[in-house]
Amino acid sequence: MLLQQLINGIALGSVYALIALGYTMVYGIVTLINFAHGEIFMVGAFAGLYATSVLHLNIFIALVIAMIVCILLGVAIEQIAYRPLRKSTRLSALISAIGVSIFLSTLAQMLFGSNAKGYPEDCFPVSQIHLGSADISTLQVLIIAISALLMVSLHFIVHRTRMGRAMRATSEDYHTAALMGVDVNRIISVTFALGSALAAAGGVLVGVLFNAVSFNMGLMAGLKAFAAAVLGGIGSLPGAMLGGLLLGVTEVAGVAAGFSSYRDAIAFAILVLVLLVKPTGLLGRKIQKKV
Amino acid sequence: MLTLDNLYVNYGAIRALKGFSCTVNQGEIVALIGANGAGKSTILNSISGLVPLAAGKITFLGDTISGIAPHRIVRKGISQVPEGRRVFATMTVQENLEMGGYIRTDSKGLRDDIERIFIRFPRLAERKQQLSSTLSGGEQQMLAIGRALMSRPTLLLLDEPSMGLAPMLVEQIFTIIREINAGGMTILLVEQNASMALSIASRAYVLESGNSVLHGRSADLAIDPNVRSAYLGT
Ligand SMILES: Nc1ncnc2c1ncn2[C@@H]1O[C@H](COP(=O)(O)OP(=O)(O)OP(=O)(O)O)[C@@H](O)[C@H]1O
Ligand SMILES: [Mg+2]
Repeated sequence: MLLQQLINGIALGSVYALIALGYTMVYGIVTLINFAHGEIFMVGAFAGLYATSVLHLNIFIALVIAMIVCILLGVAIEQIAYRPLRKSTRLSALISAIGVSIFLSTLAQMLFGSNAKGYPEDCFPVSQIHLGSADISTLQVLIIAISALLMVSLHFIVHRTRMGRAMRATSEDYHTAALMGVDVNRIISVTFALGSALAAAGGVLVGVLFNAVSFNMGLMAGLKAFAAAVLGGIGSLPGAMLGGLLLGVTEVAGVAAGFSSYRDAIAFAILVLVLLVKPTGLLGRKIQKKV
Repeated sequence: MLTLDNLYVNYGAIRALKGFSCTVNQGEIVALIGANGAGKSTILNSISGLVPLAAGKITFLGDTISGIAPHRIVRKGISQVPEGRRVFATMTVQENLEMGGYIRTDSKGLRDDIERIFIRFPRLAERKQQLSSTLSGGEQQMLAIGRALMSRPTLLLLDEPSMGLAPMLVEQIFTIIREINAGGMTILLVEQNASMALSIASRAYVLESGNSVLHGRSADLAIDPNVRSAYLGT
């Protein structure tokens, strides 16, 4: 029973972690909370739905397509809605982000209607694996495996490549990175691209797991993932992963303990508690003022 | 080699440069001296493309470089050691040097250059896997200079390399600057420590609130009564 809940929690938490990484990466580079990130996740879920149900593509190909769609979307949002405001106050960029978020969910509602839709039954063959007392579905294995693969790849890019080093330099000190010859605008685009690709993957996985894709699914998922990012320490990649997993596991545990009507409140209760004790989040460093 | 022609820079309502002009010739060390807020860093940052010009023109090796993005200016051969060193605190000494060579892709040449920098600065070699935030001020300055050399510039901009260092370290840093220049590097040096700056520069410009009030050969400026009373404290 315990093992079962733990695995359910990890599967859910992996998805939160995927979305949370986008918030934290963008914040780390431009100190902006990308409020449209939840909607990028929603668009990813719809792109995957379209690829599987209309184009009848394999779920893995659908995943790749959703990621590409969201990369383009994320990069476009940055260039259209945030870049022109980079030298203005944080508040203007934040308002612009909220505007994009409302625009995207309204557009999705117009295009796909208000009712939740499901992925095709046969898009992924679900069977149960018995592990001691626990029943694990192959779908959970898929979610955990894909999330882990994406997070390991991200870690590799950030810590082992020239591009990743430029990302870290830009996130630490924008001006000095430029003095090293880093094209800061390009690094910002890459950051939005990576974050959006992870959100898209999260969208497809959630779509398959809960079998419900709707125009407003980005709101709550986005808020919870944002809570996960802050919980782990905004700006910290391992923090976002840890925050996501922690949130997923506690949410499932809360539901199992009989608090299912408080399901969505659990994330925010934990957030408040942790921030009271450690305002920078679990793995957050001292917040540096950007110049 | 470098010509600044009638530069104007504003930060909002603050007028930081008001028609500053100067030239730097191949192989020279030229010093910019002046009090806090005179506009010295603004001059270096406008050369590097970090601050936009309200008016004026910058030419380097025959090309106009004003209005070009900072990352392109590095590729033209101009490297800056910024004020306050600005080493990447979350990276190791080695990674900071690799960042300095970001524009280059010749991995063999990069490795050789890092080795050369470690020979010039043995204290960095001993600490190459250490996070740069754990270095002392003098070591961070050495790292910032080494990092700037990694792009193989033809013009090096140094912003107050002596800032906050003990006298012995200041001597050491200036000896290094002299050696780098002896190797053929052209240097534009910003300093508040006017006596040190005049001792190594061939020429200097004295800045007051956004413009040059005096310029000439360092040897002449060092005996100028106005410079002596205002900047040399004698
Ligand atoms: N980012 C900025 N925003 C607004 N004003 C600025 C900015 N940077 C510099 N200034 C102002 O421009 C003027 C020139 O500054 P600058 O940093 O170039 O002086 P400096 O000669 O380098 O001084 P210091 O010796 O203290 O480094 C100062 O009045 C300063 O307050
Ligand atoms: Mg200065």
